[in-house]
Amino acid sequence: MSIILEAEHLTKIFTRRGSEPLKAVDDVSFQLESGETLGIVGESGSGKSTLAKMLTRLTDISSGTLRVEEKDITSLKRRELREIYGTIQMVFQDPMSSFDPRKTLGYGICESLRNRGMKKTEVDERVKQTLEQCGLSSEFADRYPHEVSGGQCQRAAIARALIVEPKILICDEATSALDVTIQKQIMELLQELKEKRGLSFIFICHNLALVQEFCDRVLVLYDGKNVEEGTTDKVILHPQNEYTKKLIESAS
Amino acid sequence: MENEKNKVTVRVQKIKKNYIKQKLIFFLILAAALIFAAVFSDKLCPYDPYAQDLSSAMQAPSVLHPCGTDTYGRDMLSRVISGARASIFSTFILVAVISVFGTAVGVFCGYYGGILDSLMMRVSDICLAFPGLVFAMAIAAVLGGGIQNAVIALAAISWPKYSRIARGQTLALKNAPYIHAAILAGDTSGQIIWRHVLPNMLGPVLVTAMLDIGTMMMELAGLSFLGLGAQIPMAEWGSMMSTGRSMLQTYPWVVLSPGIAIFISVVIFNLLGDTVRDYLDPKNNRSARR
Repeated sequence: MSIILEAEHLTKIFTRRGSEPLKAVDDVSFQLESGETLGIVGESGSGKSTLAKMLTRLTDISSGTLRVEEKDITSLKRRELREIYGTIQMVFQDPMSSFDPRKTLGYGICESLRNRGMKKTEVDERVKQTLEQCGLSSEFADRYPHEVSGGQCQRAAIARALIVEPKILICDEATSALDVTIQKQIMELLQELKEKRGLSFIFICHNLALVQEFCDRVLVLYDGKNVEEGTTDKVILHPQNEYTKKLIESAS
Repeated sequence: MENEKNKVTVRVQKIKKNYIKQKLIFFLILAAALIFAAVFSDKLCPYDPYAQDLSSAMQAPSVLHPCGTDTYGRDMLSRVISGARASIFSTFILVAVISVFGTAVGVFCGYYGGILDSLMMRVSDICLAFPGLVFAMAIAAVLGGGIQNAVIALAAISWPKYSRIARGQTLALKNAPYIHAAILAGDTSGQIIWRHVLPNMLGPVLVTAMLDIGTMMMELAGLSFLGLGAQIPMAEWGSMMSTGRSMLQTYPWVVLSPGIAIFISVVIFNLLGDTVRDYLDPKNNRSARR
């Protein structure tokens, strides 16, 4: 197995006028092998979402190195990142607000293809295919975000992320805004896509049960620091770190 | 039960939406009638608005002169209709210029931030710190009389309102998850602004612009009333009121006809603005599920 994403000493510091600089992510290093699912767990404010944004370069990296397929993308410009976004994609926490309220779901899904200069007929076909793979009929392409349910919207968001056929999918709490039954359906969909497409996942979540079921390895974040890392069973069944123990205790 | 309730809400929303739509059409027709009057003022005037006939000066409203005549015997109705052109067109140009320019500045500042943002916002602070009409009077006085100069003066002081709105909206929208999604889709900054930021802030800007038509019409008339806008003998509502104000008690129609014209147009455009706001409200726009 080859390493598809590598993070070395990633650090994010927020500086605000009149207050102490805040280290949201502090010296986090990890590797993601292709086809692997890495879970990132931690409490609210532990830097999970900031880390997700750093991995997709939606926020700048204060220090450290980020490599995708052995290419250093730590300080690439927006224009140069376009190419990287064909490899790495993201599904957001709140499906409703991750779609432009004034545009149809189809518009959001096909935007990346249009930006890559694909022909309209081809784009429509791809949108239809991808929607069907994500368990939605093609008529959803003409719906607006507020016209569909949360679960359907999240399926559309997954379709949007997958339409460029990325190799890495980052799910930033992709199921936490959904209720339990829908959550299960979405997890099944992700599992299916993982097997079919050989995707690598970074699965950010605070639901340890889901992580245990779905992830190969787990990384525990606390106060922006990587406090424990290992295979899922090892971390969840035999936690070493004090904080991890507490986290697992409070979940069971 | 749940389904039944849902049906009722959908029905209520539909009726509400239809009502707003009818209201919008009604006010659009009224506004269109005003614009029609302004465009075809030459053809609609029963008399030449500038033709003097001293023998029939200061006549009270009659069948011949529905709005009476002024000191020079000019037909007031013709002058009011021909004044519509000056007032309405200058107002439209003014509002179009300030809304487009102000929004462009605001979006640019909000999206890119930095020193330019601080600089432009301080400039707009300065503009907003002055009482509007006083500042406009100063500029108009420097530029000299004439309706173009009045428009320039009002434009110079009115754009900051739009840049404030646009900047605030941009700052709020900039961090929305769908903007992040658009970045991941490979949009350039220009594409993000054009496809996602501008359409989502069009509502507030458009409503402000619609409501501003009334305000700007009044301010333009105000400048003309003070002698800083349209110059005599040009038929313009503000200056017509100004010339007639000493005759308010003796020959009230000279003041009242342009006054009522201003009143009616301002009310129509304000109500149109309100209705546009209701119409653009996404909560009324479609049968929302949430």
